[in-house]
Amino acid sequence: MLRLVSFALFLVVWWTAALLVGGAKLPSPPAVLDVMIAEAASGALFLHLGATLARVALAFVLAMSLGSAIGYLMGRVKLADRLGDPWLILLLNLPALVVIVLAYIWAGLTEAAAIAAIAINKLPTAVVTLREGTRALDRSLDEMASVFAMPRWRAFRHVVLPQLAPYVAASARSGLSLVWKIVLVAELLGRPNGVGFEIGVAFQLFDTPRLLAYSLTFAAVVLVIETALVQPFEAHASRWRPRAA
Amino acid sequence: MRLEVGITGKTFKSAAGETHEVLAPIRFALQSGEVGVLIGPSGCGKSTMLRIILGLDRDYQGHVARPPEARVGMVFQEPRLLPWRSVEQNVRLAAPDVSDAKLAELFRILELEAHRSHFPGELSLGLARRVALARAFAVEPDILVLDEPLASLDDALAGRLRDEIATLVASRPVTTLLVTHSLDDAVRLGDRLFFLSPRPARILAEVPIGIPREARGDAAIAAIKAGLARRAPDEQGGERAGRDVS
Ligand SMILES: Nc1ncnc2c1ncn2[C@@H]1O[C@H](COP(=O)(O)OP(=O)(O)OP(=O)(O)O)[C@@H](O)[C@H]1O
Ligand SMILES: [Mg+2]
Repeated sequence: MLRLVSFALFLVVWWTAALLVGGAKLPSPPAVLDVMIAEAASGALFLHLGATLARVALAFVLAMSLGSAIGYLMGRVKLADRLGDPWLILLLNLPALVVIVLAYIWAGLTEAAAIAAIAINKLPTAVVTLREGTRALDRSLDEMASVFAMPRWRAFRHVVLPQLAPYVAASARSGLSLVWKIVLVAELLGRPNGVGFEIGVAFQLFDTPRLLAYSLTFAAVVLVIETALVQPFEAHASRWRPRAA
Repeated sequence: MRLEVGITGKTFKSAAGETHEVLAPIRFALQSGEVGVLIGPSGCGKSTMLRIILGLDRDYQGHVARPPEARVGMVFQEPRLLPWRSVEQNVRLAAPDVSDAKLAELFRILELEAHRSHFPGELSLGLARRVALARAFAVEPDILVLDEPLASLDDALAGRLRDEIATLVASRPVTTLLVTHSLDDAVRLGDRLFFLSPRPARILAEVPIGIPREARGDAAIAAIKAGLARRAPDEQGGERAGRDVS
């Protein structure tokens, strides 16, 4: 209910501003909706959205799985931590644009280069978060597992993973928002389709309604995925915690 | 399963870099099915010794011989349950082979039936301790290590659980090492009592109890306790607080 009110308020502010500024700079909501419907009818909207989502999914899964594994290793093994740390700091501080441009130069304007560049941007934060989580593991529960001779996999699944789940969820959430932002830049710079590409085209033509139509649809999809997938996962991961009042 | 303990020393390094001696040379062995009881003042190194015996701490001098194939059941001083798994899952994860009937019986004896599907965060400390006991019993251990398992339980329940431990130990040979502050528990359950000194712990006295556990009536137990008190009051490390005082 509150969300609806908040959304309605947003529309009201937008509409008023559009009336004040004029349609060329800020089109009104119906104007943008018209473009959305037209693009959806022609199928272009879904094509570009689909391309972007596929890139997000691939890069996200790649970065999360690789980053989690590396982070866990660095949290458990001192040597790995020592070896990996300088690389981690380098990657953390490398601007996304540099990674994307270098990837396109070295690997060509290919799909693989785009996905790798997006994944590399997300990777270090996943590593850092999971390393933190691994360092915070409860040693006394490890001891319990070892006294009761739990097999490695069972101990990992029932003793270690539940402790890491909140960290995985946090890293997924922050990582996803990072990937949402970077994917558009990667598409703008070197892909012939996707929401980022369309926004680039709209920018060149100063076609604001088209720009807004794609941006807002994209934002709506992000919102749905966050509330329908990420938040329930977080809630599930921490369901055993006593509820806060 | 025979348990042989030959620790010659254990030190801890404090954060400031000083070393603290926690265990002096300690040597004893438990025969298969025997119940040894460690009694000593708080902080003397009992839990540290148990950790060494279980192979959780390898940084010590000496050696411990424990049959590698022995199944171990342990009740830690704190319950150490998995907060994200239900009571039943906690037990089953440690004891995957436990039968439904056996589990039901354990839960009945420990009065946990109503709590099967609860998470540890929803339990009182006393309940959590009982789950830890259920877990240790469910694995049908060859070696059972109990670190103050009956603390924070009321007298009646503690008495019943003590009888349960006795029944379990009688039902098949379980080499048991029990840490307790209660002389009453020690005398009722133990085959041999080890009285430890304050830190660094060494064995002040080793007292075998001749009467078999089943034959120990209340009178015999009172007599043993009186005998212990006469022998050397300070052997109990001055730590005689607990239910036995009442
Ligand atoms: N990890 C550690 N680092 C440094 N000192 C430790 C460590 N663990 C235990 N100690 C010290 O070793 C001594 C023995 O501790 P331990 O837990 O074995 O005592 P305890 O006999 O089990 O006491 P209680 O009856 O209170 O449980 C204590 O003085 C404690 O401060
Ligand atoms: Mg202790």
